[in-house]
Amino acid sequence: MSANEQISSGREQILGRIRRALQVPAPKRTPHEPAPAADRYAKSLPVIRPEARAWLPPVGEAWAEQMQLFTEQCADLRADFFLCADVAEMEERLAVLAKDCGWQQIATHPGAMTTGAAASLSLPILLIEDGYEIVALEHCDAALTECDALVAQTGSVLITSRSAGGRTLSALAPHHVVLARREQLVPDLTAAFALLTERYRANYPSLMSLVTGPSRTGDIERILVLGAHGPKRLTIFCV
Amino acid sequence: MSTKTPTKPTSQFQNDSERMSLDLRHRTLVQTAMSKYEAVRRGTQGRFQDWQAARQAASETKWEALNHLDQYLEEFVRNTEARGTQVFWAATGEEACAYILDLCRRVEAKELIKSKTMTSEEIHLNHALEAAGYCVTESDLGEYIVQLREEPPYHLVFPAMHLTRGEISDTFTQKLGTPASDSPEELTMIARDVMRAKYLSANVGISGANFAVADTGMISITENEGNARLTTSVPRIHIALLGIEKVLPKLADLALFLPMLATAGTGQALTCYNSLIGGPKQPGEVDGPEEFHVILLDNGRTELLADPEQREALHCIRCGACLNVCPVFRNIGGHSYGSTYQGPIGSVITPHLQGLQEWKHLSAASTLCGACTETCPVGIDLHHHLLRNRRNAAKAQPDRLEQIAYQGFAFVMTRPKLYRQLTRIAPFLQRLHQLINGRRIDPLFGWTQSRNFPEVQPRTFKDYWASRQEMKP
Ligand code: SF4
Repeated sequence: MSANEQISSGREQILGRIRRALQVPAPKRTPHEPAPAADRYAKSLPVIRPEARAWLPPVGEAWAEQMQLFTEQCADLRADFFLCADVAEMEERLAVLAKDCGWQQIATHPGAMTTGAAASLSLPILLIEDGYEIVALEHCDAALTECDALVAQTGSVLITSRSAGGRTLSALAPHHVVLARREQLVPDLTAAFALLTERYRANYPSLMSLVTGPSRTGDIERILVLGAHGPKRLTIFCV
Repeated sequence: MSTKTPTKPTSQFQNDSERMSLDLRHRTLVQTAMSKYEAVRRGTQGRFQDWQAARQAASETKWEALNHLDQYLEEFVRNTEARGTQVFWAATGEEACAYILDLCRRVEAKELIKSKTMTSEEIHLNHALEAAGYCVTESDLGEYIVQLREEPPYHLVFPAMHLTRGEISDTFTQKLGTPASDSPEELTMIARDVMRAKYLSANVGISGANFAVADTGMISITENEGNARLTTSVPRIHIALLGIEKVLPKLADLALFLPMLATAGTGQALTCYNSLIGGPKQPGEVDGPEEFHVILLDNGRTELLADPEQREALHCIRCGACLNVCPVFRNIGGHSYGSTYQGPIGSVITPHLQGLQEWKHLSAASTLCGACTETCPVGIDLHHHLLRNRRNAAKAQPDRLEQIAYQGFAFVMTRPKLYRQLTRIAPFLQRLHQLINGRRIDPLFGWTQSRNFPEVQPRTFKDYWASRQEMKP
């Protein structure tokens, strides 16, 4: 049997077993709300699941409420969040951060916000482009990236391999700095997934990730430690 | 109760659970961890506007996915293949291991790095890789600790929950030669440094997946540490191993499943990294693996699917909540189960995946309190599935002694006169039984070795009632 035949036989074998198994339907258990089970699913067939909004943790309607919630979530998650009046304030705060942390070198990707901000620091910059050296990235003190959205409900930053300089930049550096714009704030996960579909439907990036606070672990006696393998610090600037 | 010589998993289970339930140190450790979990989870779940409705919807979504599994799997495969993913369908664990070994040979794998995947534990992948001479490192902190100690994971979600920082420090000192430390932070940093070097030198990364999204052809990985992001992005080859039951119909379903998994799993509102991976490096991207392989594993899952009564056990999203609340798990610990999947869900599915008769004892070891069913985010009726396993096991291989006992019981209970006679002489029979009570010749030894029968009252309830009625004016 050739490798290809073997692959297709595994597929047919398993699909065949599944189809035989499903000949007997399984009963639906509806312990809490018996009636609308079947059509609730049908209703959710469009890309968004708007009904999920009625169950998940609440998010305010107004932008200010959502921004308030995002700020609180960041504090809980131990991410540093700064809402800046303009680009000048952001660059100023960034310079202070760079000095306080003693950055020697940073990595970033070409972008409307990152290029200017990185240049304003007058530090050596590793620009992440096709064919960059991973070892060089490992030596950088911080990664400066953009994002697709900020999610108020969970305090998450939505990044993709397109918006944030590939897959590795934002995960390998010890300090991840996100530059975002006010209009990028979305209320909840439902809106975040709708945005991804809207933006990338024709051709999805190879990685889309919700980053919720700096990397952490509780694997030793369930005690929280920040910076397990990913960034130890996450700083978000929003202008 | 079986009188046959116990099969191997049974006696292992009995010995280990007896030893562990007497281990006070273990109990304190687990109880402390679990009460922390309970408090955090209560807070997070309390922020949901309607947890029960969310749970119901999650259960229905899984029902939809599992009951049209062939369609959703095909949709997933079509979509992900279109983006350059290579999909392999593995009927058994051996087939999955063989595929991975072939791949390692073809790409001349030097070192392999893995992020946490229970499915790979199920098929003993590390063992197969090591036997073939490959060096494979677990990158998740808890998994790395148990790998160094050559132990299986203790818990679906918290693999090293049974260890104190002292024990972990000793393990690191012994295996890595690092100085002793009692700071969780320092210990974590030791592992961080080890892994940093590995991400860069490994050319194959292996991960699991929490969900496979049919309508976009992506896998979704939930983690806190960032090790899965690095494992799946830096090496030249990425292999994802997942059970066929992981599929969800739509990307938007994650808006519900991600917060529910986090809330039930660790009590977080959302886990730190929820990453969707849809293929190898795409044209125009700056990095990412050159090859992305997805292995869809059956390994007994279609058997469980073929049982409509217990099909919903495949709805499980492996959050581990049922373990956390289970009084049996809390006393006997994860290793006593002797199976890949521990706790209530392990007791439900292990007999299906590894043999009903060898593993039926897990379903018997339950108080049927229902805490697992109550806590499960996808509403699996866990404790009733334990009962169904017991019934199926007894049907397939009846215990003669038990049958005779129950026939006798039925015989007496359906004959009121005989029953009354027997209750009269019961105190006498009990005195006779005293002679052998708790000894090996006692036919009830299994029960009486650690318990005493309550004394049978000389006066029956019927007599008492009759005399009471007489006394009434
Ligand atoms: S059975 Fe339910 S509670 Fe247990 S691990 Fe699976 S999803 Fe979680």
